[in-house]
Amino acid sequence: MMKVFGVFARAGAPKMPYWAQVTVIPLLNIFVALALAGCVVLLLGENPFKAMAVMLQGAFVYPGGLGFTLYYTTNLIFTGLCVAMAFHAMQFNIGGEGQAIIGGLGVALFLLFVGDSLPLIICLPLAVLAAAAAGGAWAFIPGYLYAKRGSHIVITTIMFNFIAAAVLQYLLVNVLIAPGQMSPQSVKFAERTHLPQIHELLALVGIETESTPLNISLFLALAAAVGFWFLIWRTSWGYALRTVGQSERAAVYAGIDPARMTVQAMAISGALAGMVGVNALMGDAHRILLGFATGYGFAGIGVALMGRNHPLGIVLAAALFGILTQGGSELNFEFRNITRDLVIVIQGLIILMVGALSLMLDPPVARLIALVSRRKEET
Amino acid sequence: MLKKTIALALAVSGAAYAQEFKPAVVFDLGGKFDKSFNEGVWNGVKRFSEETGIEVLEYEVSSEAERKQAIERMVKRRGATAVLGIGFGQADALAEIAAANPDVQFGIIDVNWLDGANIKQYGFQEHEGSYLVGVAAAKASKTGKAGFVGGMDIPLIRRFACGYAQGFKDAGGSEVYVNMTGDTAAAWNNPTRGGELAQSQFDRGADVVFAAAGGTGVGVLQAAKDKGKLAIGVDSNQNHLHPGTMLTSMLKRVDVAAYNFFKEAQSGRVEGAVHTLGLKDEGVGWAVDEHNEDMVASFRADIDKARDDIIAGRIEVNDYFVLEGCPSY
Repeated sequence: MMKVFGVFARAGAPKMPYWAQVTVIPLLNIFVALALAGCVVLLLGENPFKAMAVMLQGAFVYPGGLGFTLYYTTNLIFTGLCVAMAFHAMQFNIGGEGQAIIGGLGVALFLLFVGDSLPLIICLPLAVLAAAAAGGAWAFIPGYLYAKRGSHIVITTIMFNFIAAAVLQYLLVNVLIAPGQMSPQSVKFAERTHLPQIHELLALVGIETESTPLNISLFLALAAAVGFWFLIWRTSWGYALRTVGQSERAAVYAGIDPARMTVQAMAISGALAGMVGVNALMGDAHRILLGFATGYGFAGIGVALMGRNHPLGIVLAAALFGILTQGGSELNFEFRNITRDLVIVIQGLIILMVGALSLMLDPPVARLIALVSRRKEET
Repeated sequence: MLKKTIALALAVSGAAYAQEFKPAVVFDLGGKFDKSFNEGVWNGVKRFSEETGIEVLEYEVSSEAERKQAIERMVKRRGATAVLGIGFGQADALAEIAAANPDVQFGIIDVNWLDGANIKQYGFQEHEGSYLVGVAAAKASKTGKAGFVGGMDIPLIRRFACGYAQGFKDAGGSEVYVNMTGDTAAAWNNPTRGGELAQSQFDRGADVVFAAAGGTGVGVLQAAKDKGKLAIGVDSNQNHLHPGTMLTSMLKRVDVAAYNFFKEAQSGRVEGAVHTLGLKDEGVGWAVDEHNEDMVASFRADIDKARDDIIAGRIEVNDYFVLEGCPSY
């Protein structure tokens, strides 16, 4: 086996220690991406260090900054986990956007037509379940089509994004639109079904903070990350799933049905994306509107890539993207020459460095580490 | 004593700060250089800045969650005293912040359903202007068929389409092909797809196309130029983009609304009110300039007559907002 790998490893290239792979390499990649972004800022005629400072202050220090950062992080944890779940079955689910939309529709329809008549203690968990079930069902269909007909999941999920957007648009413009106004959005959900926002909770204990959309969905997202870890690495189902992902033939040999596993993984994946609806609608907008999920599904791909499909990595990567989104919006606000497009450029550079070019820095760093450790041994 | 003086000085400077006029504008998702709706506003803002020398703070939102944050930042952190929100998507966020900041003047474009003593709302009678360019399309068309390319399929765009189709048919046209670009916000910025839709309408026999699609319209106008068909621009005067194939543009004077709002706010006269701007107020209209005056010369009088008839109430233009449907297409 080692011999087989030896063919691919370049002669003489030292092996990268694991600790360096999970710490040094991601940090270096981010650093290079930021340095490149800094050059762009310089070209725009602004001071990159000042821009960096504004970005970090905007994400953490400015009033409400941290709240927004964590709000974005919450959405990105959900979609990052969504992509990672499918990745473990070796499937590329790029339909997080559509699954988030349908999840949002699930929670919204539930709250608008059913939820208010139920006691709160039943209504809230059911609303979360409605989002998960709707998002899961939306991803189940491509999973099923793959298992039964071999339809490629990349193709079907991206197509399903458009179908979901069309369904949302149709319902909002023709059915759910609130009377007396022309913006395609529904009436507000009943007040008591709104998820508590963090600034409201802090106000209860006497801490006054800025009003931000951050709500208790953050804890739901963190719980989902822990649940994800448990499911993938601590259950036989997760073991079976990873087997399917690593080698379908080995899985079949072990008596695992890959089609069945894929469908189940896709459904869970979609359910995770559907939770964006809980955070964005039940937690923030308190109604359903167009564009509440825009961008999160695709950013989730970057988050999962960067987090190497591990929940801890995903939470960290989601936080980084949250920082970039909120800090970037402050950049746009503070500097006349920096527009919102630059933030997308920075995100793109990070995805490029961490995803596509993640191996670029591996050999030189490995050689450097080997060199340093050899020196140590010699002295 | 010294302490008191400092406190007094601080109080005075604080008061001066509060009275200082600080205008701000928050653009919609399309961005300020969309060659259309937002850019129209930006032109009005620019004119105000150039005339008065007062810098207008600006921000382009990039997601739904940001709308409220953007307006709030303008008020709280920058001390803006007059904030103009662009687009109906801003309505709820603006109303909420306006209620919390009664001393700040607010304006919003494309909204006329809010309450608030400090919110000035500008709604436009898009169907009236669209009717006029529909008449122009019918007069210029040889096939009697026209196309309409909308951005996102929302009530506002259906309102454009409805007035256009009615004007086209009233003036003798037979068929209007209505296509919307998409179901997501990307539909406002997809010139490629806009061009394809226009192309398919040309293939079905249309020889005039009206684009009410934000940045997507650029592709529609280009497709018309490439095929030697006629195109109608929207919001801003887009006649200059392709002289020769630009029949006219349906004007929606968001620039005037933006300019007026800041002018009034500067003199401190803004009161909460709904301004509905139609043909009568020259809030909407059609563009005639050096690029198209020869093309429209033969039927200019017909359109002016239609305009007068609408203003006088002799022609009633179907309003999608009121009918919640459209009998014309």
